[in-house]
Amino acid sequence: MLIFEHSRSGRINKAQSTNPGSLANSIPEKFLRKKRAGLPEVSELQAVRHYTSLSQKNFSIDTHFYPLGSCTMKYNPRCCNSLAMLPGFLARHPESDESLGQGYLACMYELQEMLKEATGMKSVSMAPMAGAQGEFAGVAMIRAYHDSRKDHSRTEIIVPDAAHGTNPATAVMCGYKVREIPTRSDGDIDLDALKEAVGPQTAGIMLTNPSTLGVFDRNIEQMSKIVHEAGGLLYYDGANLNAILGKVKPGDMGFDAIHINLHKTFSTPHGGGGPGAGPVGVSERLIPFLPIPYVTHNVAQDVSQEGEQFHLLTEKECPQTIGRLSTFMGNAGVLLRAYIYARMLGREGMKRVGEFSTLNANYTMVKLKENGFNIALNTRRATHEFIVTLKNEAKNMDVNAMDFAKRLLDYGFHAPTTYFPLIVPECLLIEPTETESKEILDQFISAMATIRTEAQENPELVKNAPYSLPVKRLDDVKAARELDLVFRPDTDLKP
Amino acid sequence: MPFIPHTDEDIKNMLASIGADSIDALFDEIPPSLINQDLGGIPAGLNEIDISRHMQKQANQDGTPLCFIGAGAYDHHIPAAVWEITTRGEFYSAYTPYQAEASQGTLQLLYEFQTMMSRLTAMDVSNASLYDGASGVAEAALMAVRANRKSKSKRILLPRTVHPTYRKVVNTIVKNQGIILDELDFDLDGGYIDPASLSDEPGDVAAMIIPQPNFFGVLEEVDTLTDWAHDRGMLVIAVVNPTAMALLSPPGEWGKLGADIVVGEGQPLGAPLSSGGPYFGFMCCKQALVRQMPGRIIGRTVDTDGKQGFTLTLQAREQHIRRSKATSNICTNQGLLVTAATIYMSILGADGLEKTARMCHENTLKLINSLSSIKGVQKIFNRPMFHEAVFKISAPVKETLKELAHKNIAAGYSLENDYPELKDMLLVCATETRNQADIDEYRNALANVLA
Repeated sequence: MLIFEHSRSGRINKAQSTNPGSLANSIPEKFLRKKRAGLPEVSELQAVRHYTSLSQKNFSIDTHFYPLGSCTMKYNPRCCNSLAMLPGFLARHPESDESLGQGYLACMYELQEMLKEATGMKSVSMAPMAGAQGEFAGVAMIRAYHDSRKDHSRTEIIVPDAAHGTNPATAVMCGYKVREIPTRSDGDIDLDALKEAVGPQTAGIMLTNPSTLGVFDRNIEQMSKIVHEAGGLLYYDGANLNAILGKVKPGDMGFDAIHINLHKTFSTPHGGGGPGAGPVGVSERLIPFLPIPYVTHNVAQDVSQEGEQFHLLTEKECPQTIGRLSTFMGNAGVLLRAYIYARMLGREGMKRVGEFSTLNANYTMVKLKENGFNIALNTRRATHEFIVTLKNEAKNMDVNAMDFAKRLLDYGFHAPTTYFPLIVPECLLIEPTETESKEILDQFISAMATIRTEAQENPELVKNAPYSLPVKRLDDVKAARELDLVFRPDTDLKP
Repeated sequence: MPFIPHTDEDIKNMLASIGADSIDALFDEIPPSLINQDLGGIPAGLNEIDISRHMQKQANQDGTPLCFIGAGAYDHHIPAAVWEITTRGEFYSAYTPYQAEASQGTLQLLYEFQTMMSRLTAMDVSNASLYDGASGVAEAALMAVRANRKSKSKRILLPRTVHPTYRKVVNTIVKNQGIILDELDFDLDGGYIDPASLSDEPGDVAAMIIPQPNFFGVLEEVDTLTDWAHDRGMLVIAVVNPTAMALLSPPGEWGKLGADIVVGEGQPLGAPLSSGGPYFGFMCCKQALVRQMPGRIIGRTVDTDGKQGFTLTLQAREQHIRRSKATSNICTNQGLLVTAATIYMSILGADGLEKTARMCHENTLKLINSLSSIKGVQKIFNRPMFHEAVFKISAPVKETLKELAHKNIAAGYSLENDYPELKDMLLVCATETRNQADIDEYRNALANVLA
């Protein structure tokens, strides 16, 4: 049932109501709404019960193992939320005087410093509101850098064929053409193809390392040399940073601009599709172009500043900035949750993130292999994730990756990422994360093995899954062909 | 080890299964020259007791000042139930509903959200959110250039009465795609776009952006502006405050044809001020433009038993399918804030939201009366307003705001940085959460500072 179907005309929540007087002509009639907006009219209890019961139709990290590759679905510590929701943080208006925000800004400054240390970059701005916006900021900075040198011939961004879809989409938003380069069968990028692709037209390359194939590209230093020698810059998509946190720093690999998905590596909630946060880090030469605002720390007597200890940098102080990406200062409350998480982990805890996410992935990979599954890159170590390819199962049993994914739901596991990266047929991208115990991994491995047996003995059982969820398989074709995006009880309202 | 469950026994057994001597051995494909475990600049970890003490201290330092600032973020009451439910783990710790059968809660809620926003704005369809109001306007500008088949132009009319930071953000996001933003000036007496000032022949323009209310809180002549733009082949992008929509004429009903695209900042619908985020952007449009929309869109369909269900739809627009030809690079958006907004709108209801809007308006009128009685304070702009107003004060604004901050009052937004012609001017707001005592406290404090 939809909330609108619980609605009854005239039902009013007095506890949430104010008592304004009449408008007294202060707003002329022509500006006013003629018919009341059709919002639900339900009691508070009805709303609470409705949305509580909707929540129970979701899989989530708090309720289910969620090995969604490339998304780093690790535990979101509860205290990161409760502390970020202290009244002093929630009440702060973003435009209030900086003297009323020193507590918050101090946390932000410390987070910037910690991210610099963890990534080996020279400076960090936390303005971008999600990974894709971080990518945008990164590529826009690369463009601003070339423009500042009057190097206008650089019109291309190189993107590997295994890249996230956001990479090519971002390059286009920044006004670049995309040149795709292939990946070799061992999972590393084809260096010869890269050498051929670079030239005076190369603005830069966008890379994820570990790559979306779940392996660490062993030639990263050579790639960095090839691109830099051609005058291009390197952009690091931080989607997979969890795998190497505390082990390898993107700055050491030669990257000029990076983004970090705090909702992945720093465990802020995924929220059913956001909010994320995508801070960017840069090498020395890109510092002037960082998006604003970001926090600076005034040493005691620096009179050029506002006088407060922590201060947000603006256009005035950063004349070459690529500019602003949000109305205020990005997803501030998300940044606060990441700060709390980072302080709780500390330097020892951060190192363990990379180590244990890698341990869990390699263990799961080896065990699935023992159970007859094909690992896409059979000779490689897993990083924090790895790929199972079901192309044999699809051929021999007529059961594909999506069928496996749906059947896993019946066993109480969220499905891994399916059909990504696009270059591996019938793939499941599996990322267990470091916060899962061996018992859970064993249960997942056993469920995968069971489904494989089911697929051999009774493929229809798998092909029609799921059975135990609030709905069975949905008709996506109908959803796209007969668009129903808005509830319209009166058919005459249909456009 | 914070949040890592492995016992020594587990580690031993897992390494044995893998056939590795140590965890370090799992990193043996990485060139040794790149291994760098130096995190010396990061402090040692804290347990929950110590981090709680630390965060309490930071939060207490900032306190809870009396807020009279609007300027794009508004201090509304949020029913307790909103965040109690929003932060349930099933909403809080789920992700984008790629597996529809295991995400019906989030998906149905988003479908309800799309319905609520369409009704509030009187538009055909809505998406499931963008990042915030400012980036929403940028996405709308890009969308309008793609969608306007009558125009070959990449010009957009962007009035100076639109939030100054929105204008900066639009510029950051669209400038690399050759889009030209033409500013429209405002009338200094009214603080609005005077329709009489518009050129009869503006040339080929893809779209005009129309705010309601505008950045000064003033109401624009939206019907006239919409018709003017449509008559000249432009699409109309409305930028609206969602609370105001419960009271003011919705963009779908502006002029003869209604606006084509509607965007805005969703923060007033259940998001706390929280230093500026996370908030969410919303976007609605006419049915004919739906395939040009950026962001996630949820559709209602049926399962194999014919039972109603919800799923992500029109994914062929999106980056994970279309890659370089996508309508936007947006992926993760602001789902959790939309969860809060949907619950907020359900609990307030049509009546509650309208009363909130009227109460904000009424309180701001009270604030105007009260502040106008101070010597050296003068209200500017003589046009109808929603819940914000502009005052000229007889002292430098920045210093005045600082002094009032010391008295724990967040007293307003200084306009002179963005509008050099509005020197010594202050933008203020009183929402439904301010009462007469608050207004009196502000008045007396300001009078003292100016005295």
